[in-house]
Amino acid sequence: MNFDDTPQEAEFRATARAWIGANAPKQYETELRKSSLGRTVLKNANILEVAKAWQKKKADAGWACLHWPKEYGGRGSSPIERVIWSQEEGPFGQLSRMFIIGHGMCGPTMMAFAREEHKRTYLPPLASGEKVWCQLFSEPAGGSDVAGLRTRAEKDGDDWVINGQKIWTSGAHYSDYGILLTRTDPDVPKHKGLTMFFLDMKSPGVEVRPIKQASGASDFNEVYFTNVRIPDHQRLGEVGDGWNVSLTTLMNERSAIGAAVSTGFPELFEYCSSLMLDDGPAIEDRAVRSKLANWAVKASGLKYTSMRAISALSKGERPGPENSIGKLVAGSMIQDVATYALDLQGASGVVSGEDAELAGRFQAMLLRAPGTRVEGGTDEIMRNIIAERVLGLPGDIRVDKDVPFNKIPTKGR
Amino acid sequence: MNFDFSDDQKQLRDQARKFLAEKCSPKAVRVVLDGKAPYDKELWKGLAEMGFLGVAIPEEFGGAGAGHLELCVIAEEMGRANAPVPFSSTVYLAAEALLIAGSDAQKKKWLPAIASGEAIGTLALFEGKGNPAPKNVKLAAANGVLNGVKKPVPDGAIADFAVVAARTGSSGRDGDVSLFLVDLKGAGVAVKSLTNLDPTRGQAEITFSDCKAEPLGAASEGWSTLTQVLDRAAVLCAFEQVGGSDRALEMGRDYALDRIAFGRQIGSFQAVKHMLADMYVSATLARSNSYYGAWALSTNAAELPEAAAAARISATQAFQHCAKNNIQVHGGMGFTWEFDCHMYYRRANAMALGLGSLSYWEDQLIERMRKKNAA
Repeated sequence: MNFDDTPQEAEFRATARAWIGANAPKQYETELRKSSLGRTVLKNANILEVAKAWQKKKADAGWACLHWPKEYGGRGSSPIERVIWSQEEGPFGQLSRMFIIGHGMCGPTMMAFAREEHKRTYLPPLASGEKVWCQLFSEPAGGSDVAGLRTRAEKDGDDWVINGQKIWTSGAHYSDYGILLTRTDPDVPKHKGLTMFFLDMKSPGVEVRPIKQASGASDFNEVYFTNVRIPDHQRLGEVGDGWNVSLTTLMNERSAIGAAVSTGFPELFEYCSSLMLDDGPAIEDRAVRSKLANWAVKASGLKYTSMRAISALSKGERPGPENSIGKLVAGSMIQDVATYALDLQGASGVVSGEDAELAGRFQAMLLRAPGTRVEGGTDEIMRNIIAERVLGLPGDIRVDKDVPFNKIPTKGR
Repeated sequence: MNFDFSDDQKQLRDQARKFLAEKCSPKAVRVVLDGKAPYDKELWKGLAEMGFLGVAIPEEFGGAGAGHLELCVIAEEMGRANAPVPFSSTVYLAAEALLIAGSDAQKKKWLPAIASGEAIGTLALFEGKGNPAPKNVKLAAANGVLNGVKKPVPDGAIADFAVVAARTGSSGRDGDVSLFLVDLKGAGVAVKSLTNLDPTRGQAEITFSDCKAEPLGAASEGWSTLTQVLDRAAVLCAFEQVGGSDRALEMGRDYALDRIAFGRQIGSFQAVKHMLADMYVSATLARSNSYYGAWALSTNAAELPEAAAAARISATQAFQHCAKNNIQVHGGMGFTWEFDCHMYYRRANAMALGLGSLSYWEDQLIERMRKKNAA
């Protein structure tokens, strides 16, 4: 057991640090440091442009998508080098958030299922941030039950014709491409009639409508498809095998563990360290300390759990379902931490935005938190994954499992 | 970076698990639980023969000289098996105090005896209510003799010697506390067994009346030594707690698979599944915090105080959580003496108090984090 860098790791770290020191957009460092958990705001710049510029600079110097193969725009780095990079990149890593879906999920799915010429065409500009990708899975009828989706793909000559609607699509409003899961056969049980494609988001018949979320922000979208044509060579995997292809995507989501999970704890600890309560410094208050300690060990537990996973990955083991605990623990923790930070602010905690304490940092966190507990699988789905795939408990009873999709009821009453 | 035990250490774990599965079955534990023996003497002897008691004791003092990572591995298995032996008091508390502060002669006298299983040791720190703090040490030491009462003393009724915390000054500072070594079989010692939450590991009240004692380490360094001993023990106990958490989770999982109600395995109900998933989550967080503690302990890193407190809190919470919910999964059967669930529930709750309560360690963690941030 060793926490220190090996000589090679130390050399990698030094090289990365030097390059970041010379090239990172330092004018945004303070703002990036202050903004966290659903609130990355640059006052005088367009964050997408800043993020794309930083990503391009990294790609040109060989620092983009570290774990991807070189021929697709990556660096071929080890999992540990990826962690070292993210430690050194620090607050600038927040700019990569625009590319998480593309780099973490779409890219690996393309690598596993796309034709070689497509990989060479589409992956390098994805790695360099010049093209942004989104993932079109969820639908109004299929959130946690992804396989319940209804968007149809029908064969017409060498093309497929798509009709339907997706929802909760992060970043669709600035995406260039997307991977799309569709139903190609409604006469068979739901998991068997799905097929995956990738498509140009500028294709005729694609319409993106941003959704205003509970937090007031609009990061997600509805996407409508009206007779959208996708050539058959943009199919990923076999016809009817879309469920398996999507599982690859979701497995890759789990392995995107290089970046530490946000818990809100460092922000709360920093806040409490300087906060004065009626009876004295918050950090000296018995009750405050107890709360902080309980969150501290969750935050450190998550950090070291991901380090254990990285150690396992670097020995060639595959990322397992145990990585589901990161989002499960962090999601409700962020919500609790934000609630508590506002409680410490007393009546003034109700004020949000620029006029609030710390420019509304914890208020923004509170309003964003419910989404964290839902996106990428609800807390309940995460617990099911742990119970079934780690502990080996029986699956939920699924009454629609062997029923042809078009015979499954669509309304509760 | 490599955040895992080595293959050799994993082999040692397998070896210990196999040995304990054979020699420390729940049936064997029940002999002590039911009060038919104060501890499992055969098991104690076997642990000595396997080299487990002296795994972290240097070879020159009769141990295997392997190190603390190896001791962590053994500790996890001791917790998993709920072993009814004075392992934590002797190996984590007494031996570590000797290793930190003992003179060469003291180490030569006691450490080989610990490694061979001939001597059981303990730490006499507490005096009734209250957490570890210099002000709570009232037992007086003067002219080489001790006067006062310690309780609870873990395994005090079966221990051959104790490291005793005593008051040697009145300045009101940490330097007022000194440590002493006392032969508990000698004059001036009266021992009374106390019933306690976990009968598989006894607790005692020890009264010292003009009892002869030899100093352990420098007088002014007593509290500093104690703090180090408690930090090390916190990490080692955390591994026992992790082992216990995993076992309680397994018991719950296995029962949820076996038991049919409403025509289904109860493990197919989300309410039960999710309870078990949450047990897995807390056990995993505890394991990860404990690994960090193990690294800090084995390298004597500056991070040890903070890492030890985090491991302590996380593992205490996990063991209590898993042991409690294991009973809940078992329903009525879980509340019977006959099922083993209560053994882990008892151990979890007793261990939660042994090195000072959770609230004490919460306070320690935040104080240590705060100092680090200020530095």
